[in-house]
Amino acid sequence: MMIKTLSPQAIRLLALIAVLVLVLAFFASQIDNYFNARLFTRISTSVAIMAIIACAQTIVMLARQIDLSVGSITGFTAFAAGSLIAQYPGLGGVPLALYAMVIGAGFGLVNGVIVAWLRVPAIIVTLATMAIFRSLLVEFSGAKSITTASLPEWLTRFPNTVLFRVGALEFRAVVVLAVAVVVAVYLVLAFLRPARRLYAVGSNPEAAEMAGINQRLVILLAFVASGALAGLAGFIFLARFGNITVVAGLGFELKSVAAAVVGGVSINGGSGSVLGALVGAVLVDTIDQSLVRWPLVSEFWREAVLGLLILLAVAADAVLGRRLMAMRIRREREKRA
Amino acid sequence: MTALKRLQSWEGFLIAVLLFVVLVNASSSPQFLTTGNLVNLFQLSIEKAIVALAMTLVIVNAEIDLSVGSMLGLSACAFGYMHEAGLDARLAVVLCLAIGLAGGLLNGISTAWLGLPSLVVTLATMIGFRGAARVLVEDRGIGSFPGWFTDLGQKGFLGPVPFGLVAFAVLFAVFWVVLQRSGFGRKTYVIGTSREVAEYAGIDTGRHKIVLFAVSGVIAAFAGLLYAARVGAIRGDVGLGFELDIITIVLLGGVSIFGGTGSLMGTLLAVLIVLSLRNGMALQNITGHIQTGVVGLLLIGSVLAPRIRLRRPRRAGGMP
Repeated sequence: MMIKTLSPQAIRLLALIAVLVLVLAFFASQIDNYFNARLFTRISTSVAIMAIIACAQTIVMLARQIDLSVGSITGFTAFAAGSLIAQYPGLGGVPLALYAMVIGAGFGLVNGVIVAWLRVPAIIVTLATMAIFRSLLVEFSGAKSITTASLPEWLTRFPNTVLFRVGALEFRAVVVLAVAVVVAVYLVLAFLRPARRLYAVGSNPEAAEMAGINQRLVILLAFVASGALAGLAGFIFLARFGNITVVAGLGFELKSVAAAVVGGVSINGGSGSVLGALVGAVLVDTIDQSLVRWPLVSEFWREAVLGLLILLAVAADAVLGRRLMAMRIRREREKRA
Repeated sequence: MTALKRLQSWEGFLIAVLLFVVLVNASSSPQFLTTGNLVNLFQLSIEKAIVALAMTLVIVNAEIDLSVGSMLGLSACAFGYMHEAGLDARLAVVLCLAIGLAGGLLNGISTAWLGLPSLVVTLATMIGFRGAARVLVEDRGIGSFPGWFTDLGQKGFLGPVPFGLVAFAVLFAVFWVVLQRSGFGRKTYVIGTSREVAEYAGIDTGRHKIVLFAVSGVIAAFAGLLYAARVGAIRGDVGLGFELDIITIVLLGGVSIFGGTGSLMGTLLAVLIVLSLRNGMALQNITGHIQTGVVGLLLIGSVLAPRIRLRRPRRAGGMP
């Protein structure tokens, strides 16, 4: 009965949360003293960066594009913000985060212009800019690294700052920031009229064009938003790890696609939400973190299990999705009859 | 005919780029045109060149295989694991190729029969195969393979030409005949242009895709064995990140990411361009990340160049 009244998106999100609960229950039965306040702190802190990058990736994927350069943007902005604060230690947190976001948005603008106006497929453009942005980082850094010692204390303390507690659970500043960003993006995409164009362009570019939507602008803005969010992730990366080398953020691009896809975001555009991507990122990270503590398997099983899980998640989503669609069509027909 | 003309001019463009790179390299470093360096140039990236051949067919067919780098690593690690367990190396080679076949079938069946996008499927198996490789060797390095095996990778096979290069030449010839001169190749183009049209024409597109992914898996596994033979030792991270390099080569070679166009000759030229570019930069002491950046610039530039010249109005959109 419930299933019939909920939208497919909501069902998907609920199913994902159910899987997350099952995974937690499974590990709780396997690992002694699994549920404690530290589990929450550990998972929530480590997922904060990926949640924001997965959100960035989702925005681009909704417009039927892909951004493989997010990892390089995160690495570059982390380094750029680090060297700025080392030079001007008096700078506050907000200007520093904005600085990282503006640089990220600039990189996103480059991607967006080439994709939207010069009509080069996004996968080619961002594959190339992934390499180019990283080599800019190598040039910019002059083969030096940022070390924690060169950062002001307030910045390195920021990720561990506890904003508030619920019972024994600590909510740290980075986690609150990440969730706030994702929820804000969700609300904008769900309720602001201009943002709905993202879904329109992603589900049917030609129809969107005929409806008078400026496709190019929408795609451009999606890449700019993605770059800016990757820049914000770079700022958090800097605060959390302190030591930034030229390989910072390497591999984030495919991890973010994986989190989004597990979260039900369609690679073909137009379907999915950033909340799904957030839950996807949490699910992937929970499994990653819990397998390390599971005594039955060695920690080297993590990636193998993760890959299998992503495949299962996507296959289940496709098969069940088709079922649900068929069910809806049948119901519509019965209603008409 | 116009398609053929465009293809020829694309290959002409690649030849011009290649000549330019070779000239610049030769004039800036006297070592570049020595036989030793030219063999070296190929030999050091021969695995990527070989996998790029199979990837060409996969992308022409409008699919993608991101799992090749991990499959390469899994095959190399499986060989190391079996060698450590005391298995005969010849049997281990066969088993590794079988692993490649199984992995390729998994990709193909998930894509063709379950109807999942190959970008997503092979992203998952990329993580999964890498994980399997790490399960096998954990954080160890395994080496001291039998002499005949490492000789294949390190010594001359036909005169000074090593086995890897001979294998590349043979595979190139085989793949060229298959893609450019056989019915199977025509079907690959037709399915890549429009799967729907191919279905109506009575082609079993699902089976065709499964075969291509299986070939891609076996070739990646073969390249992994070659890597183990050439380097003489393996670790869990063998082949990490190779997929993006390989895809870059294929796209630079003029294969459309949407499928249906491209040729193996283009891929061969792109292999030569990328390898001599990297080699020339290495001779000038330019580091790996910068080299990759220059290849990235070349990739965007090569796709942009004809568009800016033609300037014809086109509709936006399409797949990522």
